[in-house]
Amino acid sequence: MNTETPFLEVNHLKAYIPSAKGEIKAVNDISFSIKKGEILALVGESGSGKSVSSLSIMGLNASAIKYRPDSSILFEGKDLLKLKEKELRKIRGNDIAMIFQDPMSSLNPVHPIGRQIAESIVLHKKVSYKEAKKTALDLLNKVGIPDAERRLNDYPHQLSGGMRQRAMIAIALACNPKLLIADEPTTALDVTIQSQILNLLRDLQKEFGISILLITHDLGVVAETADRVLVMYCGEIVEEGTVEEIFEHPGHPYTKGLMDSIPSLYGPSKETLDAIPGVVPNPLELPKGCNFVTRCAAATDNCYEVSPTLIKQSTGNRVSCWNPLTKEGVAGR
Amino acid sequence: MTENKPLMSIKGIKKHFPVGSGLFGKKNHFVKAVDGVSLTIYPGETVGLVGESGCGKSTIGRMVVGLTDPTDGDIYFEEKKLSEYKSKKELGKNLQMIFQDSYSSLNPRMTVADIIAEPLVLHNVGTNKERSKRVDELLERVGLASYHGSRYPIEFSGGQRQRIGIARALALQPKLIVCDEPVSALDVSIQAQILNLLKEIQKDMGLSYLFIAHGIQAVKHISDKVAVMYLGRIAEFAEKEELFENPHHPYTKALLSAVPIADPKLRDRERIILKGDLPSPANPPTGCRFHTRCPVAMESCKAIDPRLIQTSQDSMTACLLYEDERTVADKMIM
Repeated sequence: MNTETPFLEVNHLKAYIPSAKGEIKAVNDISFSIKKGEILALVGESGSGKSVSSLSIMGLNASAIKYRPDSSILFEGKDLLKLKEKELRKIRGNDIAMIFQDPMSSLNPVHPIGRQIAESIVLHKKVSYKEAKKTALDLLNKVGIPDAERRLNDYPHQLSGGMRQRAMIAIALACNPKLLIADEPTTALDVTIQSQILNLLRDLQKEFGISILLITHDLGVVAETADRVLVMYCGEIVEEGTVEEIFEHPGHPYTKGLMDSIPSLYGPSKETLDAIPGVVPNPLELPKGCNFVTRCAAATDNCYEVSPTLIKQSTGNRVSCWNPLTKEGVAGR
Repeated sequence: MTENKPLMSIKGIKKHFPVGSGLFGKKNHFVKAVDGVSLTIYPGETVGLVGESGCGKSTIGRMVVGLTDPTDGDIYFEEKKLSEYKSKKELGKNLQMIFQDSYSSLNPRMTVADIIAEPLVLHNVGTNKERSKRVDELLERVGLASYHGSRYPIEFSGGQRQRIGIARALALQPKLIVCDEPVSALDVSIQAQILNLLKEIQKDMGLSYLFIAHGIQAVKHISDKVAVMYLGRIAEFAEKEELFENPHHPYTKALLSAVPIADPKLRDRERIILKGDLPSPANPPTGCRFHTRCPVAMESCKAIDPRLIQTSQDSMTACLLYEDERTVADKMIM
């Protein structure tokens, strides 16, 4: 991991979605940055705002999301939120590419995959279709599709789930992007295939120095791939740190709760899992004060009144909690 | 536990689904979803069934509760063949199922109380008053309140809907519940709540579970014994501790090592990364079905289909590595 200046900076992103019952604060004032060549993981459960954050960077679904005026997403100095669709298109697919959870619905079912890869090359680069086809073949080899020459002419339905995800990655890599956004890339895959795809992502980062924004709900995937981690809850970042900091001494009770919820694969099983009680609050009726207060065992009076902000801990991670857990795992500031 | 008579024994069941048709509409291709599986479940225990998509685990679950009939082989419940029971309804008293997708398994037009009471109504259990009392008990049992009974499924979150599904399955006090991926659609924090609930219920009521899932951690947490499936067959069937601490089958080893672990310190551990994809169950490989992806496959694996044999006190494995050389040689000649 290198420590160059960040090339993508998200500042005070507030993405609200209007609905009949009121405005849903899908992403509520989050700031983060991605450095060159790092894998940043965005973790959270459904409704935490992780996908809306990634769509904002890609400028997708812009009509449904309302951004507050002080939000900005700076990519190499340009504010992505203020660019026109035409300018965005130059960046999207070229500098920033995205892969989705479900490759079957994001690939075009009526075109062979070779053509779909070549298409995105021709769109962004001044090359002939023939040359693009050749590049497509190289890409399929690079992402580890066996017998790539024959596979170029295969349609998406002829490929298995893992192969389809590889084809998606090949399309995403077609224009040598600087940032790859991977939204739950392995959630739909079987474990043995998942480990193949995660390996591939890591290799791409090492070989080409691509930055990856990995969006996932699976802490196992995070621990295996990420350099840095952001934990989101109800549209806000509740904890940020390097993967070692987060897993060795989680500071937010929610992060700790998520880790304790996973049954361990090694050693004897616990009789009962330490589940987080309750459910995620309705986004239209968020509690006053800290969003996690309704499910937090360590909540104090202050937590019900004032929402906490991200504060750097002695352990290195930044935590948004009035009573963050210390190294020994006890609450108290 | 094992001194008891088995609650359910599955003997060599197969399920072949016809696909396409040949000349004159003759069915000539079959997807061998389940191809010769035997399994025993004792009262009060949980048997976990793991495997990747397409390995046939859900089909087994459906056959066990009588939703579909096996092509071949028999399933015995309390020493009586499923096919000898008068009706599916009679089976329903003792065999129930919890589904993965609580959206599609709960009728959106019925109130929660009606959904939970429906099995009682169908089996003519109790009067209206007794039923509504029972519904309240069940709601409380699964961690909901009685006022939830008058609401509709749409008003609940995924985890709560799964609780409703559990309450419905419990209504007739069954002896065996088949849980088909009950937590895979839920968020991690909710998964733990549901797993805890299932364990508590088992402790209270002494029922058995057949727990089908692809999430290996969840299976480990809840099961007493675990069967690992690959392409319609059981690759390994063992006591939980034995399977996780001392896996025998190369596929089990690969599966366990592929599970991402929430500890960055273990990132550089040695992993077995399987090459390629799962072969099609319509055209499974010859010999051992795993030989095309097996890191330790031998020449003989291409020809010989291994049987499930005792490989340690607590485990059974279907792999030629554990058969002695003479039997392998004999089979090669044949």
